Amino acid sequence: MPPEPQPATRRPRRETVTGVPRSGRRPPGHAPARSEISEQTTLGHTYVRSLMRSQLRAALSALATLALLVGSLPLLLTLPAALAPDGPAPSAEPFLWAALGAVVHPVLWLIARWYVRRAERNERDFTGLVEGR
Amino acid sequence: MNQTYAMAAVAAVVAATVLIGSLGLRISRTTSDFYVASRSVKPALNAAAISGEYLSAASFLGIAGLVLLQGPAMLWYPVGYTAGYLVLLVLVAAPLRRSGAYTLSDFAEARLESPYVRRLASLFVVGIGWLYLLPQLQGAGLTLEVLTGAPDWFGGLLVALVVTGAVAAGGMRSITFVQAFQYWLKLTALLLPALFLVTAWVADDAPRARFDAPAVFREHTSVRVDDTVRLALDAPLTVTVSGTVDSTTYDGRRTTLGEGLHRVEAGTTLGFPSGARVPERSPDPDDPLGWSGSLSGEPDGQRLYATYGLILATFLGTMGLPHVAVRFYTSPHGRAARRTTLVVLGLVGAFYLLPPVYGALGRIYAPELALTGDADAAVLVLPDRLVGGLAGELLGALLAGGAFAAFLSTASGLTMSVAGVLGQDVLPSRGVRHFRLATPLAMAVPLGLSVVATNVPVADAVGLAFAVSASSFCPLLVLGIWWRRLTPPGAVAGLLAGGGAALTAVMATRAGLAPDGWPHTLMAWPAVWSVPLGFLTMVGVSLATPRHVPPGTPATLARLHLPEGLIGRPHPEGAER
Repeated sequence: MPPEPQPATRRPRRETVTGVPRSGRRPPGHAPARSEISEQTTLGHTYVRSLMRSQLRAALSALATLALLVGSLPLLLTLPAALAPDGPAPSAEPFLWAALGAVVHPVLWLIARWYVRRAERNERDFTGLVEGR
Repeated sequence: MNQTYAMAAVAAVVAATVLIGSLGLRISRTTSDFYVASRSVKPALNAAAISGEYLSAASFLGIAGLVLLQGPAMLWYPVGYTAGYLVLLVLVAAPLRRSGAYTLSDFAEARLESPYVRRLASLFVVGIGWLYLLPQLQGAGLTLEVLTGAPDWFGGLLVALVVTGAVAAGGMRSITFVQAFQYWLKLTALLLPALFLVTAWVADDAPRARFDAPAVFREHTSVRVDDTVRLALDAPLTVTVSGTVDSTTYDGRRTTLGEGLHRVEAGTTLGFPSGARVPERSPDPDDPLGWSGSLSGEPDGQRLYATYGLILATFLGTMGLPHVAVRFYTSPHGRAARRTTLVVLGLVGAFYLLPPVYGALGRIYAPELALTGDADAAVLVLPDRLVGGLAGELLGALLAGGAFAAFLSTASGLTMSVAGVLGQDVLPSRGVRHFRLATPLAMAVPLGLSVVATNVPVADAVGLAFAVSASSFCPLLVLGIWWRRLTPPGAVAGLLAGGGAALTAVMATRAGLAPDGWPHTLMAWPAVWSVPLGFLTMVGVSLATPRHVPPGTPATLARLHLPEGLIGRPHPEGAER
């Protein structure tokens, strides 16, 4: 759990200056993109929008996978009956047990893990972009 | 079943709950502790607490009962409960935590800057919370009645007292520990007996459960009918009857009941020979609650529609359940909220592997439960049937304890969130003292209802809560988090149209106002149309009132989506409440 850093705008940090900053790294809180965002300029909004778009894309991909793999099952299960309108339809029961009773849970978890990794990568990339690293 | 063991197990669970709750009391000091456990709960502990809270009686007892009655199509319930968390994770988990608010009402106010939206959201939180609490209390009553013969109001009262005490005393901090403990208890209580049951089933040459044909009695079985039932026979059936069938009184004679409907009076004992088919219980026209969420027995098209109604309600409704949402505020930051949800998905998924086992075994070994209408008791009676002896009794007691843990944990989470909203929005001032006053109030209403309105099936009332939540809070959260042009009038209109329509439709079905066939199906499973209605109304009215877009929207959205610590975050009023 990283502690929430003090907001730069409220309490200016007191620093002891002993020399030139090493390797030209800017101290955090003074990167230009960062202040664009915290001062809510148009450019700052564009940054936020770009993050929202990438996060929404990740979320929608996960939802599409869910709809495709799980949401389509009820339709899929009506297929045997639709294909054999007269004769006895092959029973979908064993498939239903396997799919809904067991297989679906690891599938859901894998989709979730994919999403969490992707969302965290989006946030890391964004932080890197804003802090100019 | 041996009553002493079951009583001891239930007493032990209650005692453990009170004990852990009072340990939490010693460290619960500040208001922040009370409401959000000081926002410092680590993912592993928080995930166990969330899962413990989420797995209610409907999961512990209800799913096995539904599978016993209606077969594997009922597994859409647990799948929906789990997938709801996935949808919650990808759409709202991290932003909801980052919104820095505590209840759904706080979120509505922070995002839309309108006290009206806040008040309406509070109304929905309390309503959905009470709808969900009611079946927990009734389920507790039923379980204690089945296990120990206590009067049916006693279980509900016991749960209400324990929960009110634990919540009012320790708040969120102590509830977190209690619920984490209860998750592991519930998992153990279901896993351990399942291992024994499956072993016994294999030793019995592993008979297959059949769901495409009526269940069959495996041995001579006597069934006592406690409530008057109507049986529909499609072939003559020879049984021994002591009691009254079709207003003729028998005293243990063998008799043959012809095809058609038969009315079996309460208190009658029917003796079925080995190999006889279990007769179908026919829906009672006098009982408006008798429709009981059936996904089978309807024409194909309606069944498909009902399945999708269930899928939409559970997939989208989870995010709006008050006790689920409140939990996210106890994570330290957005990333932890996401990781917590991932662990929850694992824990909940692992749990849901077990109830289907009980359902299938119940179909083989306890088919008469379909006849007496106590299918919810399948989980509780199986150890006695399959294992028997002392081991069977001990396992049955373990299951009883687990079932009680299910009532207690879900009821405490719900009470916690309803009391939070009541304490902030209804009672005059904010603070721990008022929270303590709000707790009994939050519990008293559903307790009163559970005494008045008996026989609401557990899964039905829970399903209603999901449908209302999916049609009201799902649009509010999703549009609030991802759409810049949402306005307060749009939110109000969407909440009322979606949530109101879902509530009205289900209530009308309950009251028997819906004509048979498609209208009935459409109204009993409203989510397919009421969720789009909620979304479309919210979007449409928002677009029509563009001047009402809250001025702080860009700043709020930045706070919802940016990782913590990236920018100076103004602390919203009440964030450290």
